[in-house]
Amino acid sequence: MANDTKKILTGPIVDNNPVILQVLGICSALAVTTKMSTALTMCIALTLVTAFSNLLISMIRNHIPSSIRIIVQLTIISALVIVIDQLLKAFAFGLSKELSVFVGLIITNCIVLGRAEAFALKNPPLPSFIDGLGNGLGYSAILLLVGFIRELFGSGSLFGVSVLPLAKDGGWYIPNGMLLLPPSAFFIIGLIIWAVRSWKPAQVEKPDFKIHNAHQPEVS
Amino acid sequence: MSAPEQTSTVGGLAAILALPNDNPKKTIFMALAVCLSCSIVVAASAVGLRPLQVANQAADRIRNIVEVSGLAQPGDDIMSAFAKIEANMVRLSDGVFVADMDASTFDIERATKDPALSRTLSRAEDRANIKRQPEVMPVYMVRDTDGSVKTLILPIHGAGLWSTLYGFLALDGDLKTTQGLKFYQHAETPGLGGEVDNPNWRAQWRGKVVYDDQWQPRIELAKGSVDASDPNVVHKVDGLAGATLTTRGVENLINFWLGESGYGPLIERLRAERG
Repeated sequence: MANDTKKILTGPIVDNNPVILQVLGICSALAVTTKMSTALTMCIALTLVTAFSNLLISMIRNHIPSSIRIIVQLTIISALVIVIDQLLKAFAFGLSKELSVFVGLIITNCIVLGRAEAFALKNPPLPSFIDGLGNGLGYSAILLLVGFIRELFGSGSLFGVSVLPLAKDGGWYIPNGMLLLPPSAFFIIGLIIWAVRSWKPAQVEKPDFKIHNAHQPEVS
Repeated sequence: MSAPEQTSTVGGLAAILALPNDNPKKTIFMALAVCLSCSIVVAASAVGLRPLQVANQAADRIRNIVEVSGLAQPGDDIMSAFAKIEANMVRLSDGVFVADMDASTFDIERATKDPALSRTLSRAEDRANIKRQPEVMPVYMVRDTDGSVKTLILPIHGAGLWSTLYGFLALDGDLKTTQGLKFYQHAETPGLGGEVDNPNWRAQWRGKVVYDDQWQPRIELAKGSVDASDPNVVHKVDGLAGATLTTRGVENLINFWLGESGYGPLIERLRAERG
């Protein structure tokens, strides 16, 4: 049992990562990773929402009518997201302004609904909670890595603290402006997927179809 | 509640929960139960956290006023800088200060909805597309040592694409050169209309002239970037790429607020005062 729990918790971090293996939650991964502080806030918010939505949905899983199960899940997820948004506005106003719509968009983040549908509906509350936590951590690991690269090389700082002194402030580092634009997150996530799949070839997907050699026409 | 009734309620609940999941009665019961409990949680958090959020918004407004006034460098103490700024309530129709109103507690959004404090704008007048306009507005001033106005900070708002943009426009002592522009509340598309927050774009506003020679409001947001050789370059600012409607909204709301229906009478009075 203890071993199972550990597997549920750590599995989604590398072996079954929601971002790089299942390629879910990419939208917010592009939007909030220009700075470590916003990336970290988003990670905490998403991890909490996934863990608690899994827990609550699992608690009532035997009573959710299958005809309305998606809307029941979404209602619970939205309620949690609104609470998180309200908490951010009360205790971290600056960050909540920077995250703007992206906190609200956790509702539509495929990871949350995907875990509710795939795991919480079939498993008891505690493992579901841990699964949500694990998937949140898997998402966080990628977001923080992307955020680290983008903030360090895009603005020469980490968590807003200058690390590489910028040329315009009299230092030596000329920042790469492209890293502050959303497409750079695609490049970085692509490179991470490449690196992880080279390390763990089991993650490489089978091709959807094979190209067969065409028959040679018998009469030319 | 008496004991037998209680058992029957609990019994009723158990009976519903014991129904098969696809029973319509249970489906409706579950939908109602989930909605009710979620709405209680949402309502409790919204109401419980409201005072903290209101305080945050007020602090955020102050921070924006100080920032647009150019008084404080980043890292300076906001409150001590704000103490140097004089706040007044101004009656828009004639530009006279109203003494018995408190600018620090005035809520523009609430006043817009209050029929006693606001008026409906005619369609021809309503360039900023706000439908109703408060009859009084808070204005902020930094005065020189001799008492003359050094910076005038005007709250402005108007419709963009998705939302009403709320912000501040700061003018220099000549009452027509822009010191800065900052929006503190909006819900435009991040990356497109949301670029009104971009410091590089905002930096362009410095030194622009918002009135022409006849003291008519004149500010244009160009499509693309402004040609530096344009003779009217002082009245023009780059538009936001990919955000035509937000750009047009910003242009309209600034011209509206500087005009006759906005702060026009106040500016005229301050000009006359200065001589």
